[in-house]
Amino acid sequence: MSEIILKTENLGISFGGLKAVQDVNIEIRKKQLYGLVGPNGAGKTTVFNILTGVYRPTTGRFYLCGEDITGKSQETINHKGIARTFQNIRLFNNMTVIRNVLVGLHNQPEFKCSMVESVFRLPRHFSCEKRMRARAKEILRIVGLEEERNLLSCNLPYGKQRKLEIARALATNPKILLLDEPAAGMNPNETEDLMNIITRIRDEFDMTVLLIEHDMKFVSGLCDEVTVLNFGIVLTKGDTKTALNDPEVIKAYIGG
Amino acid sequence: MKQISKIKWHHYINYIVIAILTVVFAFMSFGGMLDSSTLYMLEKMAIAVMLAVSLSVVVGFLGELSLGHAGFMCVGAYLGGKISCLLEPFFDNGMVTLLISIIIGGIAAAACGIIIGLPALRLKGDYLAIVTLAFGEIVRSLFMNSSSESFGGSLGLNTPRYDKNSLFIIALLLVLVCLAVLQNIIRSKHGRAITSIRDNEIASRATGINVTKYKLAVFSISAFFAGIAGVLYSFSNYTVQSTKFSYNYSIEILVMVVLGGMGSINGSIIAATLITYLDITLQTKLTGNLAVLQDLLYSLILIVLVIYNNAPALKGFREKYNLKNTLNGIFKRRNDPARHTDDEAKWDRVPTKIKVDEVLSVEIKTTQSTVDPDRKEKE
Repeated sequence: MSEIILKTENLGISFGGLKAVQDVNIEIRKKQLYGLVGPNGAGKTTVFNILTGVYRPTTGRFYLCGEDITGKSQETINHKGIARTFQNIRLFNNMTVIRNVLVGLHNQPEFKCSMVESVFRLPRHFSCEKRMRARAKEILRIVGLEEERNLLSCNLPYGKQRKLEIARALATNPKILLLDEPAAGMNPNETEDLMNIITRIRDEFDMTVLLIEHDMKFVSGLCDEVTVLNFGIVLTKGDTKTALNDPEVIKAYIGG
Repeated sequence: MKQISKIKWHHYINYIVIAILTVVFAFMSFGGMLDSSTLYMLEKMAIAVMLAVSLSVVVGFLGELSLGHAGFMCVGAYLGGKISCLLEPFFDNGMVTLLISIIIGGIAAAACGIIIGLPALRLKGDYLAIVTLAFGEIVRSLFMNSSSESFGGSLGLNTPRYDKNSLFIIALLLVLVCLAVLQNIIRSKHGRAITSIRDNEIASRATGINVTKYKLAVFSISAFFAGIAGVLYSFSNYTVQSTKFSYNYSIEILVMVVLGGMGSINGSIIAATLITYLDITLQTKLTGNLAVLQDLLYSLILIVLVIYNNAPALKGFREKYNLKNTLNGIFKRRNDPARHTDDEAKWDRVPTKIKVDEVLSVEIKTTQSTVDPDRKEKE
C-alpha cells in the first residue's frame, strides 16, 4: 500500500443549528483517483471548502501527508499542497490563458523573485519570467490549451475554461488536486477527453485526485474508490462499483 | 541591434514622452522662455499625475476603492514641509533639504498606509471607501487643530520657497521614478498577483496568493507616492493649508483615474494633465464677476467628458473615431480583439471590478464582492 496523502478524522461543520457535514472519514492514498458523490445539497462542496480552508471545521481534523493542517488559512493550505477548482468557474477573466497559469506558478520556490528585484529589473527578474513562461507552456500542453495561450480566458469555450482551471491548480504544484464537478456542462466527447487528461495528470505528475461529480459514468470510469454523502452523512464508501450499486445510494438518488 | 528590437516600445512610450517634455521644458526654462504661470501649471500637473497614477494602481489594478488619497498627500505635505522648515537653517534651501523631506514625507505616508490598511483592507467595496474617506478627514482635522508652533494650525504651515525654475524639473523626474516603480511592479509576477486579486479574489486565495500581503503592499506604495506628491505640493505652494486636502480633493483624484479609464496608467496621466490644465485655466481666465462660472464650467466639462467616455449610445461613434483605430488605419495594422499580445495584458483594456456607476453615484448596489461568494457555492 502506498502512503496516505489526505486523511480526515470525524470532519464536521455546522452552520448555526444546521449540521451541514458530519463525521466524514476519508483516506486517500498516493496516485489514487477518489470520488465524492451524492445528491444535490449533500455537502460535497462544503467538504471541499473545509479541506481548502474556506471554512473552519467545527469538529474533527484533517491531515496532509500526516501533517495536521486543520484551521490553516487558504493560502497556507495551498502552499502545503492542496489545490482546487471551482464548481462555478472562477478564472481571472481579464487575463490571457497563459497569465492565469502564471499566477498559479507564483509561489513556487524555484520562481522566487522579490518585489525589489522586479522594481529594479535585476537579472533574476528576467530569468524568473522566462522560466515561468516555459513551465506554464508545458502545463498548458498537458491539458491541451497551448494553442489558445494568448486568448483572454473569458473568450474560451466552457469546456476549455474548466481545463484551464485544472491547469492553474496544477501550476501550484499540489500533492492533491480537488476537482469540483470538472465535467459539468461538457458534452460526451469533452468528458472523455477530460478523463484522459485526468489520468495523464495522475501518471505524469504522480498526482492524487479527489473529485466531486454527478456524471456516474465519469466517476465509475475514473475512480477506484468513492465516498457517498447524503444530507451531510456518509452513506457508504469503498470500491466504486459496489458503493454505487448499494441500494441505499440508489434510494438517495432516485428517492423511494 | 537585436537587443534594441527586442524592447517592447509601447511599454516605454510614456517614459519617453515625459522625459522628452522634461528636457524641452528645462531648456525653455533656462532660456527664460517660460513665465511663472506656466511653471506653476507644470508643477501642478506633475503633482496631479503622480497622485492619479498612484491611485490608479489601487483602484484599477488592485480593484479596491480608496477615497483617502488626499489624506496620504496631507501627511506627506505637512511632515515634508515641517522637515524642510527644520532643515533649512542647516542645509539652506537646496537639493539636500528637498530630498530628505521628500523621503521622510513619502515614508510617513506609506506608514500611514500600512496602519490604516491593516484593519481597513479586510473590508470590501463601499465599506473600504467609507473607512478611507474617514481616514482622510481625520488626518486633515488633526493637522488643522494642531498648535500653531507645531504644524501651523488652522492658519497653515509656512514652508520654505524652492527655486521656481528647477522645481518642476525635479517634480517631472519624480513622476518618471513613480511611473518606473509602479509599472515595473505591475509588469512582473507581483503585478499578475495583484491583478488576479482584482479579477477574482476567491480564486486568487485558492491559488495561494497572499492577498493581505499584496493589498497592504499596493496600498502603502500608493500612499508613498501620494506622500511625495504632498511634499512637492508644499514646496510649490510655500504654504500648506489643511482645507486643500478635504475629501473633495480625493474625489477629484478619483475622477482623474475614472476618466482616464480604470486599469490604464497612460489614461490616468492624460486625464490628470487635462483636468489640472482645465482647473487652472478656468481659475485664471475667469476672474471678477465671472468667477462664479468657474465651478459651473468645470463640472459641465467633466459631465460631458464622462458621458462621452461611457454612454452606451455613443459607443458606435467612439469606436469609429477613436485615436487608436485612426492610427491603425494609417499604419494598416489589424487587431483581433479576442487575441492579446503575449505577456502583459494590454493596458487600456483591463476593466476593474469597480463599475463606473458605483463610483459616480451615491446609490449603493450590492455587488458580487459584498455578497458572500461561497453562499451560492454551498451545496
